[in-house]
Amino acid sequence: MAPDLAQIWDWLDQVPDPEIPVISVVDLGIVRDVAWDGDMLDVVVTPTYSGCPATTVIALDIETALRDRGLDRVRISTRIAPPWTTDWLSDKGRARLEDYGIAPPRPAGGPERCPRCRSTDLARVSQFGSTPCKAHWRCNTCLEPFDYFKCI
Amino acid sequence: MRDALFEFLCRMGDNTLVLGHRVSEWCGHAPVLEEDIALANTALDLIGQTQMWLGLAAEVEGADRSADDLAMLRDVWDFRNLLLVEQPNGDFGQTMMRQFLFDAWHLLMLQALTDSTDTRIAAIAAKAVKEAQYHLERSADTVIGLGDGTAESHRRMQAALDLLWPYVGEMFVADAVDDSLCAAGIAPDPATLRAAYEARIQTVMAEATLTLPDTGFAHQGGRTGRQHSEHLGHLLTQMQWLQRAYPGATW
Ligand SMILES: [Zn+2]
Repeated sequence: MAPDLAQIWDWLDQVPDPEIPVISVVDLGIVRDVAWDGDMLDVVVTPTYSGCPATTVIALDIETALRDRGLDRVRISTRIAPPWTTDWLSDKGRARLEDYGIAPPRPAGGPERCPRCRSTDLARVSQFGSTPCKAHWRCNTCLEPFDYFKCI
Repeated sequence: MRDALFEFLCRMGDNTLVLGHRVSEWCGHAPVLEEDIALANTALDLIGQTQMWLGLAAEVEGADRSADDLAMLRDVWDFRNLLLVEQPNGDFGQTMMRQFLFDAWHLLMLQALTDSTDTRIAAIAAKAVKEAQYHLERSADTVIGLGDGTAESHRRMQAALDLLWPYVGEMFVADAVDDSLCAAGIAPDPATLRAAYEARIQTVMAEATLTLPDTGFAHQGGRTGRQHSEHLGHLLTQMQWLQRAYPGATW
């Protein structure tokens, strides 16, 4: 018997993002739809940034994870509309980002506090960071640099 | 209409492809690490957008070519990018001036395209517009910072503006391709973007203490493919080298 969709979402929630492994691809909000088409499972993903090099790796990781659960017929497709937004990050994902040392995105356009010492005395070093989804900030209190997950 | 649509999609995709390649030339060479990373990320966004534009172009053409074929196997005369984006990097200031002059246009164009009657184009534009907004924020800040910086950085930014400004006019000259797409509600008349563009440029240049050249002259021939500058051929020899030397190579 084919597993139900809640079960599949749960499995997908165990697939880590390849660049930020503390959150899952579901936390990141890039899995947009999962549906059965006969005995074929359709998984729809959306890219974070147009040129994000992790996109193909993510599709492969999803396929591998589902295969490991015994699902042989999986079709992964890409949907770009509506475009990905950081509003789709789960609350669990936001909390894990901060624990990991990455300040979660905020509509105000900058981090709320230093993920290490909670100081709010912060400075932006660069609008861009180590991956397309991050910017580079520094805490003026503990003097440590940290990543901020860009809000788009 | 299919021919006009293909032409238009190549114009969008070739702009992001050629500029993306130019910007990627900085990888490992930028003045500071943060700028190196920022340039590489910008290039990555542009190449990603190219995948979408040229992917749709290939689909519309229906000639069994892929986005990669269009990018790697066409020659100079088939490219449809603005002359501005194929101009050499020069120094860091010149690269950022070119980026700003492009980003300001790109954002307006993408915003207009989000209302396209072609839902595929509207979807690509809605995706790309967020990235363009971010690029513009950075390039405008950098132009202001360097223009209103030291005497040396100011001099270099003014020289970059004087050099690149004559490449701006081409963005706003409509031809038969634009006319037919505009009539179908697929793309805006490029001339309608000009007022908002100039307003943005003037605000930033005033803050950057830079003077816009007093010339209406515009180099043309890139977006129509009639006559590219000599620089595009050199760029393609590097960008397309692998597919030319080893046709069909994959890995
Ligand atoms: Zn701190």
